[in-house]
Amino acid sequence: MRAKNYFVGAAFALLASGMAHSALAQDIKIGEINSYSLLPAFTEPYRKGWQLAVEEINAAGGINGKKLIVVSKDDGGKPADAQTAANELVSSEGVAMLTGTFLSNIGLAVSDFANQKKVFFLAAEPLTDAVTWSKGNKYTFRLRPSNYMQAAMLVEAASKLPAKRWATIAPNYEYGQSAVAVFKKLMSEKRPDIQWVDEQWPPQGKIDAGPVVQAVAAANPEAILNVTFGADLVKLVREGNTRGLFKGREVVSFLTGEPEYLDPLKEETPEGWIVTGYPWYSIKTPEHDAFLKAYQAKYNDYPRLGSIVGYQTIKSAAAILAKANSTDPEKLIAAAEGLSMPSPFGEITFRKIDHQSTLGAYVGKTALKDGKGVMVDSVYKKGADYLPSDAEVEKLRPKD
Amino acid sequence: MAFYVVQFLTGLASAASLFLVASGLSIIFGVTRIVNFAHGAFYMIGAYVAFTLTERLSGAFGFWGAIVIAAFAVALIGVLVEMVLLRRIYHAPELFQLLATFGLTLMVEDLVVLIWGPDDLVGRRAPGFKGAIDFFGQNIPSYDLFLIVLGPVVLGILWLLFQRTRWGVLVRAATQDRDMVAALGVNQKWLFTSVFAVGVFLAALGGALQIPRDAVHHAMDLRIIVEVFVVVVIGGLGSIIGAFVAAVLVSELNAFGILIFPKISIILVFLVMAAVLIVRPWGLFGRPEAPARKTPGLTVNPWRPLTSNERLAALAALVIAATLPLFAGNYALTVGSEIAISVIFAVSLHFLMSVGGLASFGHAAYFGLGAYGVAFLAKMAGLPMIVCLLLGPLLGCMGAAVFGFFAVQLSGVYFAMLTLAFAQIVWSIAFQWVSVTGGDNGILGVWPSSWAASPSHFYWLSLGVAALVTIALRAMVFSPFGYALRATRDSLLRSEAVGINAKRIQWTAFVIAGTTAGIGGALFAYLKGSVFPDNLGISLSVDALVMVLLGGVETVSGAVIGAIVYKALNIWLVSQTDLSKLVLGGFIVLIVVVFPKGIVGMLEMLAHRRGKTSPPGSPLLAKPIESAE
Amino acid sequence: MSVAPPLLAVEGLTKSYGGVHAVRGVSFSLRAGEILALIGPNGAGKSTCFDMLNGQNRPDSGHVRLLGEDTTGRKPREIWRMGVGRTFQITATFATMTVRENVQVALISHGKQLYNLWGSAPNFDRGEAGRLLELVGMGGYADRPCGELAYGDLKRLELAVALANQPKLLLMDEPTAGMAPRERVDLMRLTAQIAREKSIGVLFTEHDMDVVFEHADRIIVLNRGTLIAEGSPAEVRGNPQVQAVYLGEGLLYEAGHREGASA
Repeated sequence: MRAKNYFVGAAFALLASGMAHSALAQDIKIGEINSYSLLPAFTEPYRKGWQLAVEEINAAGGINGKKLIVVSKDDGGKPADAQTAANELVSSEGVAMLTGTFLSNIGLAVSDFANQKKVFFLAAEPLTDAVTWSKGNKYTFRLRPSNYMQAAMLVEAASKLPAKRWATIAPNYEYGQSAVAVFKKLMSEKRPDIQWVDEQWPPQGKIDAGPVVQAVAAANPEAILNVTFGADLVKLVREGNTRGLFKGREVVSFLTGEPEYLDPLKEETPEGWIVTGYPWYSIKTPEHDAFLKAYQAKYNDYPRLGSIVGYQTIKSAAAILAKANSTDPEKLIAAAEGLSMPSPFGEITFRKIDHQSTLGAYVGKTALKDGKGVMVDSVYKKGADYLPSDAEVEKLRPKD
Repeated sequence: MAFYVVQFLTGLASAASLFLVASGLSIIFGVTRIVNFAHGAFYMIGAYVAFTLTERLSGAFGFWGAIVIAAFAVALIGVLVEMVLLRRIYHAPELFQLLATFGLTLMVEDLVVLIWGPDDLVGRRAPGFKGAIDFFGQNIPSYDLFLIVLGPVVLGILWLLFQRTRWGVLVRAATQDRDMVAALGVNQKWLFTSVFAVGVFLAALGGALQIPRDAVHHAMDLRIIVEVFVVVVIGGLGSIIGAFVAAVLVSELNAFGILIFPKISIILVFLVMAAVLIVRPWGLFGRPEAPARKTPGLTVNPWRPLTSNERLAALAALVIAATLPLFAGNYALTVGSEIAISVIFAVSLHFLMSVGGLASFGHAAYFGLGAYGVAFLAKMAGLPMIVCLLLGPLLGCMGAAVFGFFAVQLSGVYFAMLTLAFAQIVWSIAFQWVSVTGGDNGILGVWPSSWAASPSHFYWLSLGVAALVTIALRAMVFSPFGYALRATRDSLLRSEAVGINAKRIQWTAFVIAGTTAGIGGALFAYLKGSVFPDNLGISLSVDALVMVLLGGVETVSGAVIGAIVYKALNIWLVSQTDLSKLVLGGFIVLIVVVFPKGIVGMLEMLAHRRGKTSPPGSPLLAKPIESAE
Repeated sequence: MSVAPPLLAVEGLTKSYGGVHAVRGVSFSLRAGEILALIGPNGAGKSTCFDMLNGQNRPDSGHVRLLGEDTTGRKPREIWRMGVGRTFQITATFATMTVRENVQVALISHGKQLYNLWGSAPNFDRGEAGRLLELVGMGGYADRPCGELAYGDLKRLELAVALANQPKLLLMDEPTAGMAPRERVDLMRLTAQIAREKSIGVLFTEHDMDVVFEHADRIIVLNRGTLIAEGSPAEVRGNPQVQAVYLGEGLLYEAGHREGASA
């Protein structure tokens, strides 16, 4: 078995590649992981966002005078590969903290890794409530509004609708199942009079849209909750439009107002859906204007929600590092808990109780303008207003 | 009532595009015996090219012209692929072509993003088929009606092509008996090329016709390829009618399945496929395959145990590997552990695939079951690590015992597909049964006890287990059981005639391989500290196949080398570039062309050539010619 | 009074496919050490009959008894375990294994060591494997990969494999098909010699009448699924019914003529 020699060879190669990256001592390194190859549509704007943030931070003198370096790795959409990357970043690159991740399962995998290896982790995009609650841990913080928060924002609008007969369409995996569960729970609390007349659980990424639309139509609901996204959403919308599913029915939909999901729909965009999203074209605040200008100047492109998340992730990381003035994880945690900072959406705070940021989202209605989908009547919902009481949160989160 | 009619028609519309793609795959397999993994990639390129063309060309003629031009253009790419790549490897060991097409698929997935950008693309609706038609209060999209008509029309055209043209007669003859066509003096090269072109044309057409219904994106290929395999297998490989009936069956199953079992519609299809294969092992319209005239291997060098010198060398290599913690950092050690676990996984498949001649397309199921076994025991029963490591693989063992019993009743591609179906069923359960498995979010916090927690200790543990497993399986290759297993692989007829219960031997091997994979999975759970449905997914099963094929399916130690090379390269590439799939795919294609016998196969060939120079002693030269007949 | 049962007793074997009688009411028997040829023109039912003896095929009715024990409908591997070795019309060997390993597989099976996961197969009964190979004249080829062998050598190897379980009965389907004339004679002489030495009964089907008339002790003739003649080579050759069946093929005459000439 000459085979074993390869072990050694491979090990040497890995060592060598590790050394090549060693940085100057006065730099601060952040490790960043995301599904660049699997989900380029979401991670490209995200990358542009954080690159802009790095540029701005270093132009302003870095973190307490030290240059910020972000070492970025692809996870290929696999939790196991994300952990390998996390390990490389921590062990070989010596990063001060981990950030990033898009998919919930990868967020959880890295969060669990962070907890085990005692590394600070700022989760950027994963939505599952588990990251901060049922599987929350001391080392993990999250930027983006969670599943629960987005559901609560939507329920606020949905509960005002007259509709009593509701149907749900959600991808059949943890995200879809928990989104529906939270929405139903919150909705039933506010509106005990409503009925759930049908639920459709197409497999994630493999929706057979025609039959699903038919089946929902057959149940004749007055309103529909949609949790599908991406290519599934496109198929659902096209079939729904053709078959008139959405005619005369209210639709409440997770995430659909985000440019990542809304823009591909073009002239097929359904009108009047109540959605969470990011209407970058209609936000008129000084913070957002500044971000938008800088982003468009650098990339000659408009931002997606991912751009905001990427930008704010690194901005938040920098703020935490600056306040802690150390790379010691315990000090980073102490610095991050309760830390407030500006963001393009206004001031946000990383809550001490569950490490969730209070970054909010925009809720509005979809509309068609010049053959493109847009969000209208958008209102920013502060994250802090859509979280359960502290007493409830404490019950949800394991004791450290 | 109108509702059910419309639901049925909707199913028929889905069936049409599925049929186009599946019939292409079926024809290609029937004639060339290539399991064309890249078929989904051609479907996807068809959609992308059609998108670009439909955006450029205006009007109704522009739209339909674009669809057809796209299909022809992609068929041309197919011809190129066949001539440049596949032609070189028709005579390579069985399934090696699968490796090549898998490499291509990886490359295409990155290439389309480079060319067309990362965003989902939504194309035009078909001119004249934009709206819906009212059917007793139910709406049927007119494009669906178009597809419903198109399906049988294509079926009819194919039927005419096969029944009424000389080319068709040759294709049918080749599907039934390849050697016969060779004997008829037909230019096999061009027959294969043309068949490949037709198959790819159908795939691309299927993709292009999705423009008005679907979004075009870079993961389209994976979404369709598995379903297409299912259709082809249910219908019977090589049967066009079968592909049609199975496409309708699968689509109707989806359409009505969501009404009756909304949450398990994804499993339903695989359950039906498993049931069909168990009852009718050759699919609904397939024909029992004539027993293969050439055995899978026709090994260059007869397998032999290591000589004592080689044993010393292996031991020395192991000792050197064991010194890694003395000079390597934590990351290198963790990667080392992961590679060692890959070795376990690869040798377990090797035992089944190379020694037993049973290529499983769903081997990750048992790896993942081992991992989930550990996770259940550790998280729910709270058992200590050592107990979990010992008992966890039993879940893999049990899974292998149940599924293996049915799988070994079949052979060849049908065996592969049944194992794939079982793996998909297990994966779907893990993915969708959130309350037990945590679904997509997996089971977290499966970390090793303190004695194994440090990277160096875990590395030694993984290395030690990998060495033990490799030695044990190698010993089994040269045990009486190993001989019996190889006997069943080489000739079922002869092994039955010397009193061997082939199915039972193969079943035993399946259980051994499944349990061993489970051991790898158990270690993997502790290495990563968590278990996800990914651990039993198709891509992991494909990884295992690639590792074995890369090392050399006809060799004893190929799997070990293949696993080390593939895994190390994979980890390194993912860390270095976002285009890891492109580079890895390119590497695989290169290996396939340069080393058609795998890395170790190539080394053996070189060693053999150096050792013997006289022509009669170099069967390696004679064999490719012989098997080329 | 007790009479030892014959080695092989076939009674009323019948098989039909979709109403066509492939084999109808065939009965015969075979003694230990006897060499019996089963002949007949193409389509006479030889193969069907043969496959019902070796377990490949199940008769519609009738019985096959081996040393008094009913083996009707048993699987090939069970019949092998009762002491029946066999060779195939187109050789079936383990192509990727060496010549010795081919024999060792049969020895492993005979020694009921098939599920032995830890023993050393390369050393398994090496002596016996060597003796069997010597017996068929393949001693010098033991380490050759089976896939490299010439066809005649493969036939010899099959014979060695068939002898590995010390059979009482050998079933040989067209043992000399595809061989050169010279090899045919060698192989059949070898078979006959071994059969007589070890008192093994041999049943073989054969197209080559030279082989049949030279080596068979007794011949049975099938035509259209029924047994039309049985007896010594001389009796069969003189049987007018047999001659009628073979008329036009000229084989019987030629064979008889040649044998006569050489005698």
